[in-house]
Amino acid sequence: MIPRIYIPGDSGALALGAEKVAKAIEKELADRGIEAKIVRNGSRGAYFLEPMVEVATADKGRVAYGPVKPSDVKSLFDCGFLTGGYHKRWLGAPDKIPFLAKQTRLTFARCGVINPLSLDHYKAHGGLKGLQNAVAMAPADIVKQVTESGLRGRGGAGFPTGIKWKTVLETTADRKYIVCNADEGDSGTFADRMIMEGDPFVLIEGMAIAGIATGATKGFIYIRSEYPHAVAVMRKAVEIARGAGLLGLNVLGSPNAFDMEVRVGAGAYVCGEETSLLDSLEGKRGQVRAKPPLPAHKGLFGKPTVINNVISLASVPIIMDKGAAFYKDFGMGRSRGTIPIQIAGNVKYPGLYEAAFGMTLGEIVDDIGGGTATGRPVKAVQVGGPLGAYFPRALFDTPFDYEAFAAKDGLIGHAGIVVFDDTADMLKQARFAMEFCSIESCGKCTPCRIGSTRGVEVLDRLAQSIEPEKQIALVTDLCNTMKFGSLCALGGFTPYPVMSALNHFPEDFRPTPVAEAAE
Amino acid sequence: MNAAFDIKSLVQEIDYGTPASEAEQQVTLTVDGKSVTVPAGTSIMRASMEAGVEIPKLCATDMLDSFGSCRVCLVEIDGRGGTPASCTTPVGEGMVVHTQTDRLNAIRRGVMELYVSDHPTGWNEKAGTGASEFDKVAKTVGLTENRYGIEGRNHVKQEDGVAPGHGSLAVDYIARDESNPYFTYDPAQCIVCSRCVRACEEVQGTFALTIEGRGFESRMVAGMHEDFIASECVSCGACVQACPTDALREKSVLAKGLPERSAVTTCAYCGVGCSFKAEVKGDEVIRMMPYKEGKANHGHSCVKGRFAYGYATHKDRILSPMIREKVTDPWREVSWEEAIAHTAKEFRRIQYQYGRTAIGGITSSRCTNEETYLVQKLVRQGFRNNNVDTCARVCHSPTGYGLGQTYGTSAGTQDFDSVEFTDVAVVIGANPVSAHPVFASRLKKRLRQGAKLIVLDPRRTEMVKSAHIEAAYHLPLKPGTNVAVLTALAHVVVTEGLFDEAFIRERCDWAEFQDWASFVALPENSPEIVGKLSGVDPELIRGAARLYATGGNGAIYYGLGVTEHSQGSTTVMAIANLAMATGNIGRPGVGVNPLRGQNNVQGSCDMGSFPHELPGYRHISGEAVRDIYESLWGVKLDDEPGLRIPNMLDAAVDGSFKGIYIQGEDILQSDPDTKHVAAGLAAMECVVVHDLFLNETANYAHVFLPGSTFLEKDGTFTNAERRINMVRKVLEPKARYADWEATQELARAIGLDWNYRHPSEIMDEIAKTTPSFAGVSFELLDRVGSVQWPCNEKAPLGTPIMHIDGFVRGKGKFIRTEYVATDERTGPRFPLLLTTGRILSQYNVGAQTRRTENVMWHAEDRLEIHPHDAENRGIRDGDWVRLASRSGETSLRALITDRVSPGVVYTTFHHPDTQANVITTDFSDWATNCPEYKVTAVQVAPSNGPTEWQRDYNEQARQSRRIAPLEAAE
Repeated sequence: MIPRIYIPGDSGALALGAEKVAKAIEKELADRGIEAKIVRNGSRGAYFLEPMVEVATADKGRVAYGPVKPSDVKSLFDCGFLTGGYHKRWLGAPDKIPFLAKQTRLTFARCGVINPLSLDHYKAHGGLKGLQNAVAMAPADIVKQVTESGLRGRGGAGFPTGIKWKTVLETTADRKYIVCNADEGDSGTFADRMIMEGDPFVLIEGMAIAGIATGATKGFIYIRSEYPHAVAVMRKAVEIARGAGLLGLNVLGSPNAFDMEVRVGAGAYVCGEETSLLDSLEGKRGQVRAKPPLPAHKGLFGKPTVINNVISLASVPIIMDKGAAFYKDFGMGRSRGTIPIQIAGNVKYPGLYEAAFGMTLGEIVDDIGGGTATGRPVKAVQVGGPLGAYFPRALFDTPFDYEAFAAKDGLIGHAGIVVFDDTADMLKQARFAMEFCSIESCGKCTPCRIGSTRGVEVLDRLAQSIEPEKQIALVTDLCNTMKFGSLCALGGFTPYPVMSALNHFPEDFRPTPVAEAAE
Repeated sequence: MNAAFDIKSLVQEIDYGTPASEAEQQVTLTVDGKSVTVPAGTSIMRASMEAGVEIPKLCATDMLDSFGSCRVCLVEIDGRGGTPASCTTPVGEGMVVHTQTDRLNAIRRGVMELYVSDHPTGWNEKAGTGASEFDKVAKTVGLTENRYGIEGRNHVKQEDGVAPGHGSLAVDYIARDESNPYFTYDPAQCIVCSRCVRACEEVQGTFALTIEGRGFESRMVAGMHEDFIASECVSCGACVQACPTDALREKSVLAKGLPERSAVTTCAYCGVGCSFKAEVKGDEVIRMMPYKEGKANHGHSCVKGRFAYGYATHKDRILSPMIREKVTDPWREVSWEEAIAHTAKEFRRIQYQYGRTAIGGITSSRCTNEETYLVQKLVRQGFRNNNVDTCARVCHSPTGYGLGQTYGTSAGTQDFDSVEFTDVAVVIGANPVSAHPVFASRLKKRLRQGAKLIVLDPRRTEMVKSAHIEAAYHLPLKPGTNVAVLTALAHVVVTEGLFDEAFIRERCDWAEFQDWASFVALPENSPEIVGKLSGVDPELIRGAARLYATGGNGAIYYGLGVTEHSQGSTTVMAIANLAMATGNIGRPGVGVNPLRGQNNVQGSCDMGSFPHELPGYRHISGEAVRDIYESLWGVKLDDEPGLRIPNMLDAAVDGSFKGIYIQGEDILQSDPDTKHVAAGLAAMECVVVHDLFLNETANYAHVFLPGSTFLEKDGTFTNAERRINMVRKVLEPKARYADWEATQELARAIGLDWNYRHPSEIMDEIAKTTPSFAGVSFELLDRVGSVQWPCNEKAPLGTPIMHIDGFVRGKGKFIRTEYVATDERTGPRFPLLLTTGRILSQYNVGAQTRRTENVMWHAEDRLEIHPHDAENRGIRDGDWVRLASRSGETSLRALITDRVSPGVVYTTFHHPDTQANVITTDFSDWATNCPEYKVTAVQVAPSNGPTEWQRDYNEQARQSRRIAPLEAAE
């Protein structure tokens, strides 16, 4: 048997040098005259171990090594890594690595395991069963199953996916669309990218199921331009899927037609907001639309449209495969199933951690993330991207659940968490939130368009100790105006990081005046 | 009189914020404790306004779809979280809405504070009028301070500097744009509500404006960040009307202040007949504001009606009557009494000397129905002959004839609103984007909603392709082949079995249809044969025919490209046949719709302006009809039709026609074969021109009576959809008399006992004597706004759509339309075909628009020529070229463009210098004498400048316009 070596082609791994490692291994194989097959898999998500190279051995199964540096390659061969030999980078069986072993991998079950562009691998690891079930079902039954699973939108709003689909199914039109929102722009998030690069067929399968369930025949995946590798993988995968009859006039030989194409954004964060994404897809400037009408009634090109996040759609195949009850069995309260938590920032063990809802923030940060990378105490955690609230240690008992976070004036958003140690200046972080909003504002509504710019100016005056109480009152009023007055979540949620920073860390907002110069 | 029309006050229209919902289902809700019932789909904002609760708003206005950007219209709804925008949230049954709470007031104040932090107001600087919607909302929400200060980033101040917190230069300032002659754009006052951008898109359909940049850098810009004048902007004024601040504001308002009073009146330019509020301060019109209740325009306008009213006060306007012995003499200013007495004496002398029929009159399509009625009455009752004609002779006389023959009425079948139900629009020989812009905007809106378009035109007009519009079929036919192509379309309908048999059997004569069908099915009418002579790909003809016949509601709109041909009447009948054969008559969305050129050309035809017809299209030979007038007017009427304009001119050259009263028409410039017109006028002994200006015809006049503008009189205009609209006096006549008064003075001077005290009395006489106007009165029009004739006992509120249950003439009549090529043919000496048309900013002979700032857009007529033809002749863009036909020659500058096909050249006739009608021939429609303006064989060659004729003409015109200085009193 020819040895099979897995070297991730995932952007995160590439950023950590996976390409150089791959080149080094190729060279070493050539130099030594060894024949081996290199598979560019996705990442399993333990980024602190990337580039993580795996070898499929005859007796020990897959054996992982990481993080591998190009300089390690020679010694890896010397240590017999092709047969699982010990090396200082040896990690053993990857699914026994604690960070991975403790996860509940439903959506990400195949990510990092298989060759992303091999439909055979995909099928061999349980792929396509959901779609096969779906083509034999009535659309309303598919919608019912998704509804009963309790799946909620993973993009951040947490709207029940099944109800959205039901609206589109029940709206009559000559044409309907499935749009996948892959404009993953939140700081500290990478779940969408990982799945697109590591298991693209699961997204295609999920979109095809959505199409059959709602009567939509055309899908678009809108991927941010900053994800060139994801774009390339998805484009190839769509081509392969079309060739294999997953897409086209007769999906899996059924009478259902569904096809899709990949579209690339142009670098606007606000185009991750669903209505401006639709405008952008239509070729217009990415500007938020007022709702109603809901996209489910009048979406892309004015037609009923399901617009779902990547993870929502990628979670559908397993629901259609294993059933609603199976999926619903995970989680807590009204947050059912699993959530891929993305741990980033100043943290010891950054990576993607898929787990059932319900872990506390403290467990995630301290136990799984291992605290800060700098070793200093954790000061704050921002959950849910740049528009999420900063949580202090005092709130670490909050369970990871949509409602629990909302109750603490926070949000789980796309489940990205960014960790800060005690050197973070929360006034600067608040200013950053306003600045981010001012840079990314589409400019349509006034609270966001002017408010974010004024927010930066007010916080700067505060930083200079110019009438601090007056500035605090003004920024509080401004946040109220933005929160309740903005058209979309960009302006509406910017107050979360600002006000949480102000409320939880008041001391950072009353900087000690610069000592007057001695006479 | 309705208070809204009382010129003593300013007409205020309610802005409901969002458009009305058409839904039938009714929804009841409570707003601030008041119960209100509205159609489902209505916004909370509109429902509140209907309940009498005005919610503050900035980005919403009821001309535009809701947008939801300004965030001051937020409300609270019981049982729902958050503060939804009332403009974008539809009503729900049993909804309980609160518009005034502490929470809402805080948000509104917060938003307004942000606005003023980037607006001159927040800097305590005066901006614009100080009375804009923005200023009012700031007061309404109780905003008292700008706590953000003026140090931050802003668009208000020009000085560069470092903006605190941004570390960059304050590059946000954009200088004021004064390039448009009529309005100003001041970006410093812009609040980026997008109302202007949306008005340009949704209402006008030009897409000239956009928001550039994002976030704080968002700015409205014209075109690709150009000056307004350099952009695609067509200056329709929709953006200015929509602007809630003074960022876009009429220059007249900024210079002279806000108007004090207004009256609703009707535009005096094209046949669309837009309603406007004429807004006045002192004795000066400050601006013309489109009136939302106007049923033709629904609150929209074009550059002419909205802005080009400056001619009314232009220095060229003649305000005193003038007479002269010979046309080579300078004019002598006289009193009205002397001018009228002189005219009466001359007319009596001529009739005594040369006979009763030696004089006649021309009614004006620019004047009111009442004035037109009086001129034809003067001719018939006073001159005792029927020598009356009107300019419709040279435009839509074939429409009257063709539709009269086939359907039984001489007018379009629909109202403009019908276009909202059209699935396939066919535009033939018309360019509404230029000539009927407000209708074009409505058509384009429907096309953007998905209706299909077929265009038959030698030229690739603006209609064929523009922003978000593209014709499904453009048939670029050779000028003069309309009948062949329309018959070929019918050939496809018949031979492919696409006709509507049930409709034809029920509404038309089946035997006549069969006869017609056997004719159109002949091989010589097939697209393949016709394609060769018309230059149109046969597949385009087949495709267009199939689309029109099978694409749903098909509506035909046509213009002078149909009528101004030797087979103009035949073409109109071919159109009528096509609509009948496909069942496209008698309901909304379909029909045959002539786009009439002048504000009251429909009305002038209705009022008996033709020599053979009394008002209401009743032939003069009919005894019963004559009886009505003879008993009322107390005279015996001549039962023979009188002379048409060309016949009058022929008779003048022959010496048997010697005097004419021309009200508001410039036949020398607008009628064909200028030299012949000049010769005819020169042969007359008393030419009376009643006009605003010393027009070209006045060069040959002996008496000049100063006219009044539409702003200076009461009356009615009838537009292309048969709609009778009110014209209301907002200013006193500058030359003492409104035109109807001057005509009445003349009638009295020749011995008629006329005693009209107000035009309403003239309309009462029209109603009394004309069955189709029987129900019309000024009182009715004041009450309901406007009506479409027929308006009588059967249709007390008028008739929007005709032929609903059957044709007016009984059975619709199919008439064979054999193609006969015009005698005007190309040959080696004149190898090109000239066709003529209009452009947006100028109107007709340009007497008015040339005396406004509209000349900025079109200072001269240009000859459009295809690059191939230009290159063959060594002509470059902008070169002077000589344009010659069998009739004459002129010269103008070339414009090289592939909008015209090779072999075809095109020009406009807005400027007298060009004298395009020196070129046109005396060929005319076989039935109505409508001149063949649209086909002239010509040659084009490089030239050095104006021709000798043009120079001579200009010199003569200069001489004949001299006015003798008044002798100093001793």
